[in-house]
Formats: sequence, structure tokens, C-alpha cells
Amino acid sequence: MKLLRATLLRLLTMSVTLIGVAVVVFFVIRVVPGNPIAMMLPPGATEDDVARLTALYGLDKSIVEQFVIWLGGVLQGDFGTSISLRQPVMPLVLGRLPATLELAIFALVIAVIVGGALALTGVRHRETRTETAVDVANGVGLSIPDFLWALILIVLFGVLMPIFHISGRISPSLDLPFVTQFYVFESVARLRFDLWWDLLKHMFMPALALAIPLAAIISQLLKQSLKETMHLDYVTLSRTKGYSENHVILSEALPNAMLPTLTLIGVQFTFLIGGTVIIERLFSYEGLGNMAIDAVINRDLPLIQGIVIVFALLFTIINLLVDMMYAVLNPRLRHA
Amino acid sequence: MTAFLTVTNLSAALHGYEQRVLRSVSFSIDTGEVLGLVGESGAGKSMIGKAILGILPSAIEIIEGEILLDGQDLEKMKPADRRRLIGATAALIPQDPLTALNPSRRIEPQITNRLVDILGWTKADARVRALELLNEVHIDNPERVMASYPHELSGGMRQRVLIASAFAANPKLVIADEPTTALDVTVQKQILRLIRELQARHATAMVFVTHDLGVVSKICQRLSVLYGGKIVENSSVAEFFDGPKHAYSRALLAATPKYTDPEASLLPVDEAVIEAAAAEVLAADREWRHGG
Repeated sequence: MKLLRATLLRLLTMSVTLIGVAVVVFFVIRVVPGNPIAMMLPPGATEDDVARLTALYGLDKSIVEQFVIWLGGVLQGDFGTSISLRQPVMPLVLGRLPATLELAIFALVIAVIVGGALALTGVRHRETRTETAVDVANGVGLSIPDFLWALILIVLFGVLMPIFHISGRISPSLDLPFVTQFYVFESVARLRFDLWWDLLKHMFMPALALAIPLAAIISQLLKQSLKETMHLDYVTLSRTKGYSENHVILSEALPNAMLPTLTLIGVQFTFLIGGTVIIERLFSYEGLGNMAIDAVINRDLPLIQGIVIVFALLFTIINLLVDMMYAVLNPRLRHA
Repeated sequence: MTAFLTVTNLSAALHGYEQRVLRSVSFSIDTGEVLGLVGESGAGKSMIGKAILGILPSAIEIIEGEILLDGQDLEKMKPADRRRLIGATAALIPQDPLTALNPSRRIEPQITNRLVDILGWTKADARVRALELLNEVHIDNPERVMASYPHELSGGMRQRVLIASAFAANPKLVIADEPTTALDVTVQKQILRLIRELQARHATAMVFVTHDLGVVSKICQRLSVLYGGKIVENSSVAEFFDGPKHAYSRALLAATPKYTDPEASLLPVDEAVIEAAAAEVLAADREWRHGG
């Protein structure tokens, strides 16, 4: 009963958040200068043409009226029609979302593995030069933003040592048997490791660029909380039982020390998804972020709205997942 | 009886400093015997226990001396062997039961993990042993407690669990580091009785670290008084309470609150006595430096 109430409450707050986002984005992009109709018509179009097209997209009505019409559609699953692409918004957005999700998840996996390994190494060899080296690596990772890492990686592994592809999601010459847009997952499911490898070679650099700053943050916080945990009595007690340093770190300290890091990862992962917008652009990766930039350039109001709503939904789901994981991992919260 | 633990001339210092925090400490304990280590805060009593168990803070290092545990010189052993020997023969009852249990694990593995991981018991055997031990420490519903998380238990219960965990592997040496200090007075008495009961039943050698001479009189056969990391007096409990030999011990005993006369007894240790003890420690340092 309690769980049901908590779930319902959570769903309610999530919908309030989404409605808030919808209102803000709808009005803000209409206040910002720029006319979508002007972008569509060739130079020399008559006043009449402009008026006709404006009426066609409903842009002649008042903003409040437009909002009511749009929200009515959204509640029925209709997010309108893209002005620049002349297709319904939702299929467009959902078609691109998997590419971005795969990129973001790949980046997250890299960040957790690299950040976790760095933190554990730093703690295992604390107060030695190894820890100093970890601190320096964290500092470097944190002080360079993801889009700069992207450029550095392009120069290193795209130009000087061309190991990875610098553009696109998959080589255009390949025949694709895919029915979903989750190429990486589907290539594994179909045991098409040739395609999988090609996807990875495309995804690696953008994912790494997104992952490096996050890995540094994870490493820094996790190392700090591990070091604090290593002084606690239960850790000392387990040493007297005959356990090795590695065992003490991994099975006594880590499960407790990783809780604050987990919360941080949840917050930072949403930032990382925000980062995909510019990174996808730099690597011409056909994801939602890249589409968002085009939508903004073309003043494609319905498409911008659709993308923002989907991003917002994604963020609220991530926050929900983090809270759920936190409750599972921290027994003290389970009865609360 | 043979001495199970012999500490000879043990000195420790902060890493990179000459000033010692343990000053040529020597003592030994026989099987089944309880030795009290008493002294003020900062006298180094807990440090001795930590040195024996190999859990000194990384900033403190042993600079000389010998710790013989079950006939083996700990300082000369390989770290992994030493760890295993300590895990198999010795155990710690920690000071603060609220922080000495891992908050994210259930009680059962915290009692049985040493048996399973270090001593190679099966999980089923270890579980039987854990239930038996929880009975021994007078926990009414051992099955429920084993499935609980630490935050679901009271401080006294947690200390019982920790005592059960300490005695799980039938240790030959238990180091009790102020095990009752963090508990309230009524629980203190029960826990103390429990420790004495288990120590006697298992004939364990025990180092009992405390600042409470009243506790020493109840549980120990011998005691060592520490000042400034130096043992100023070794004596049997009977002799000590008849009349301590050292001036500092006498002052310490005089400063112990008595329940019969709480007002009169709350006297600080005389400053002249402390100065004399400090001078003695410094003299010992000079001698040590010339000798070494």
C-alpha cells in the first residue's frame, strides 16, 4: 500500500515536471526572435503566401490559443508536424532517440569503468605517487570540457593516428538488416559483430569525449568517500579478521562509499545527455541532439518542443531509476 | 602455562619523527589470563592493541621490539601470513558498537565471514556456529537478529553481536578495546559480565584496554599502568588494589570515582605526580637513545 502510494506520488510529480517543461519551452521559443515561416519560403514570396502558410501552421492565432491546441494534441499523442521536415514530430524524435541513448549509455559505461578503476587504484595505493597520478588525471579530466576533448580526440585518433571514424553513426556503405533504431543492441542480438564493431568505431570517440569529464568526477568523489570509509571502525575490524587490503576495499568499503557517487552519477548523467547535443554535432552523429540543433536553426517550433519534452521525460526517468537503485543499495532507506 | 602473547621492548613512533608514542613496552599474557591496560586518554593503551593486531594507522610505525603471537614473531612474518595468523588466532572487540558493524550488510555474514573466507568453513557450519554464539551472548531471537541490518539493533545488541563475532573462530587471544565505554551504565554491566563469561568458558587470553579501574578489578588478573606510552607499573590486580607501587598509579587509583562517596572522590591527579611521571618518561627516552 505504502509502495503504491509512493509510486503514484512519484508519477504525479513527474507529470507536473513535464507539464512545467512543456509550458516553459512553448512560450520561450515563441518569445525568442525568428520566424519559421520566413525560413520555409524562398526569397520574394508574396505577403499572401506568408499569410497562407502562417495560417496553415496555426501561427496566426494567439500564443495561448496555440498552446491549448498543441497541448490537446500532445495529450492524444500528437506532437504536431515538423515545419522543416514536413513529417509528424513523434516518429522523427523516436527514430533518433535510440542513437542518442546508445551513445549516452556507452559513455556512461566508459565513465563508470574508468572513474571506478581510477578511484580504486588511488585508494589501494593511497599516499603514494600513484595516488598523486590519479589526482593529476582527475584534474586534467575535469578542467577540459567535453567538446574540447572531442576536438583533441579527433586530432589524435582521427587525423594523426586514424584508428576511429570521426563522422556518422555507421559506415554508409554497409547493408543494414536492422528493424529497430537500437543498432548496437540489435547487432549483438543478430550476432552481426562486423556491424557492431563498425558502430563501436564510430561511437568510441564521441562517447569518450562525453565520458572523460564524468569519469574524472566519479573518480574524485569515489576516491574521497572510499578514503573516508577506510578509516571507519567496521573496515578496521575486517582487517583484524585476516582479510587482504583488496578485499577490505572492495567488499567492506566500496558498497558504502559508492552511495554518494551513485547520486552524483544520476545528476551528471543528465548533464552528459545535455552534452550529446554539441558532441553529436561535432561528430555528425545522427542522434537527437544533432536533430535539436537543426530544429533550432530552422526555427522548427513543433520539433523543438517534441525534442525538449522527450529529453525532459528521459531526465525524470533517470532520476527515478537512481532513487530506486539507491533504495535497493542502502538498507537504511528501505523502510523509510 | 606458556605465554601466548609476549611483547618485548615495543616502541612505535609517528612516521618520520623521533618522538616515540610507545616507549619500550614489554608484557606477556598466558592462556586464559586477562591483562588490563590502564591509563589516561592518549597514554597509548589502544595503540598497543592495534600494534598487536596490525591495524596501526598508516602514520605510525613500529620502530623496534618484538611481538610473539603463539610463538611466532609477527614483525618477521610476511604481511599476508601475519594477516592470516592474526585472523585465525586473535580477535578484536571494538570500542564503539555503533560504528563497528558494516551498515549495508546483514548481521549473519558479519559474524560468519571470517569462518568462511579465512578459515574455510562451509556456510552451513558457519551459520550453525553463529546461531550457537548468539545464544551464548544471550540474544533471544538469533535467527531474526542474523537477518537484521545493524541499524535495526540497539547499541547493547550490536555489542553482543560483535562479541559473538569476536569469539566465533575460538580465538586464543581477544583484545577488548574499551568495549563498554560507548554503552550506558546498565548495559555496561551486562556486557562486562558477558565478556568475562565467554573469556572464562573459552580460556582465552585477553588484553582488556580501559581507563576504568573499577572494571579492571572485576575482570582482570593483572594490569599494566601506562603513562605517555610507557608502562610505569606491572602488577597483579590484588597487589595493585592493596597499594600501588608507583606514585602515578596511586594517584590514578585515588582519582577513581567511588560510588560510596561521589563528591569527595572527584579529584584530579596531582600535578606534581604528573610532572614526576613525565620526567620519568623523558629520562627513559634519554637512556633509550644512548642505549640504541
